[in-house]
Amino acid sequence: MERPLTRNIHPDRPPLNLKEYERTGGYVALRKVCSSMNPAAVQELVKDSNLKGRGGAGFSTGMKWGLIPMGDKAAHPTYLIANADEMEPGTFKDRLLLEGNPHQLIEGMILAAYAIQADIAYVFLRWAYHKAAGLIRKSIQEAYDAGYLGKDILGSGFHLEMHLHTGVGRYMCGEETALLNALEGKRATPRAKPPFPQISGLFGKPTIVNNVETLCCVPHIVNNGADWFKGLSYSDDGGTKVYGVSGKVKRPGAWELPMGVTMRELIEEHAGGMKAGCSLRGVLPGGASTDFLTTQHLDIKMDYKSVAAAGSRLGTGTMIVLDDSTCPVGFVHNLQHFFAQESCGWCTPCREGLPWVEKILLSLEKGEGKPEDLELLQLHTQYLGPGNTFCALAPGAMEPLQSALKYFREDFEKHVEHKKCPYD
Amino acid sequence: MLSITEKEAIDHEIGLVPHKRATVIEALKIVQQHRGWISDESVAEIAEYLEISPAEVDSVATFYNLIFRRPVGRHVILLCDSISCYVMGYKQLYTALQSKLQISFGQTGPDNRFTLLPNACLGCCDHAPALMIDKDLYRDVTIEQLDDILQQYT
Repeated sequence: MERPLTRNIHPDRPPLNLKEYERTGGYVALRKVCSSMNPAAVQELVKDSNLKGRGGAGFSTGMKWGLIPMGDKAAHPTYLIANADEMEPGTFKDRLLLEGNPHQLIEGMILAAYAIQADIAYVFLRWAYHKAAGLIRKSIQEAYDAGYLGKDILGSGFHLEMHLHTGVGRYMCGEETALLNALEGKRATPRAKPPFPQISGLFGKPTIVNNVETLCCVPHIVNNGADWFKGLSYSDDGGTKVYGVSGKVKRPGAWELPMGVTMRELIEEHAGGMKAGCSLRGVLPGGASTDFLTTQHLDIKMDYKSVAAAGSRLGTGTMIVLDDSTCPVGFVHNLQHFFAQESCGWCTPCREGLPWVEKILLSLEKGEGKPEDLELLQLHTQYLGPGNTFCALAPGAMEPLQSALKYFREDFEKHVEHKKCPYD
Repeated sequence: MLSITEKEAIDHEIGLVPHKRATVIEALKIVQQHRGWISDESVAEIAEYLEISPAEVDSVATFYNLIFRRPVGRHVILLCDSISCYVMGYKQLYTALQSKLQISFGQTGPDNRFTLLPNACLGCCDHAPALMIDKDLYRDVTIEQLDDILQQYT
């Protein structure tokens, strides 16, 4: 089984420096592109590979790049941004790539920048990733020194500047347009669309924001071709995926596997099954903002289409496991506390609704809940659902809540009935 | 007055962007790095330097979790309270920290040694529970390890 993204990542060893990265085939894709491919050909190749954005939404990367104005029509500077904010609870996959092989990301960014003819690239890195920050800073410098960044890269006439920006902690920064505001030195509130960032993004100029894992796929697609990339997968979505499992399993962790492995394989084989004395009740398949799936879904394929068909989202592919010793109401309360705290306050339903939801869940946990509270929670899942808020934060927050009300309703009812948390 | 070192660092950032005000977050980070936190005076000084209003600087400073608008202790403990850490027992760690340090979230001890803050996801859900002191990350933390960890920070 091929693992292109993590083949050269060894958690017990320091990541590859420039020379070592080159020895493993690093920057060969950049040389190939600079000497024999035009930007349109790179875009076409990535579109053909069926690479979908790994940040959660799963939009076709090649199509996204295709929305950038090219040629004489294009406004410059054009920007490329690697979204390395990764602040969704339960999501930790990009840390593996950032700390494990920073040059792979940088090469992917240069290739993406070439494809859209960007002039300036940023790595938007979350504050907590101090180790990654040091490694990326060093690797960017190495890339400049080797002529892979800066003016006239490898004699191709293509110029690219690259900077590292470290955030100061706010979940909203992971939202594409809020991230742009943060880079402009503003509060990270989302922007109205249209115009889309591809037309008017950072500082009003065309901008592409791609997830770290997405960008790390690009050098391998260039080196090996679209068909090879599609062949890595067990499903219609191209490539491998860095999946993760956390919670009360024997071996929590992250692994690169063919896109479309089953949830059962991930939990039972790679994560080693549940810890002794625990059994599985539910899974958030792709981070804190996805709907619960349960044991009846264990055999679904972890790809965008299959997880959606089961009533949830693949999201970031990093699963959080709910076991039978953990109270589902407490679990959901913790999630809603996070979302209420991280709401940027820009739109009223999210700013006012999420703290309300949090308060109801707290009163349920304390045994002060009333039967009508469940109705109220259900209503909020609609009021804060898609179409009623400015961005996807509140609708995302409602996904675990609505599915918990569906699958674990008896636990909510018991809290009201017995006037206490049955797990205490 | 911003120090010469602070100004030089901010000027470097200004050189990277199309207009000065875009560096306000960087400026806040730089000043906080030197002074530990962002006082009203710091807000006014940054505003003057970047030629924007103090209200604009403050609106940004108060938005981000890791810009401190109140003084903090010599070391800041960020305890991850997100879902994977919740499942793996961050609450027990919090209780232990509270009793060892005699402070709750948001507080600084009387000896000014530690400030204890909750943190939304440190991104090591596979090694939960986790906490960070200054820039040092601790993973799979148990209550038994806390004394040894805290002892390293004076």
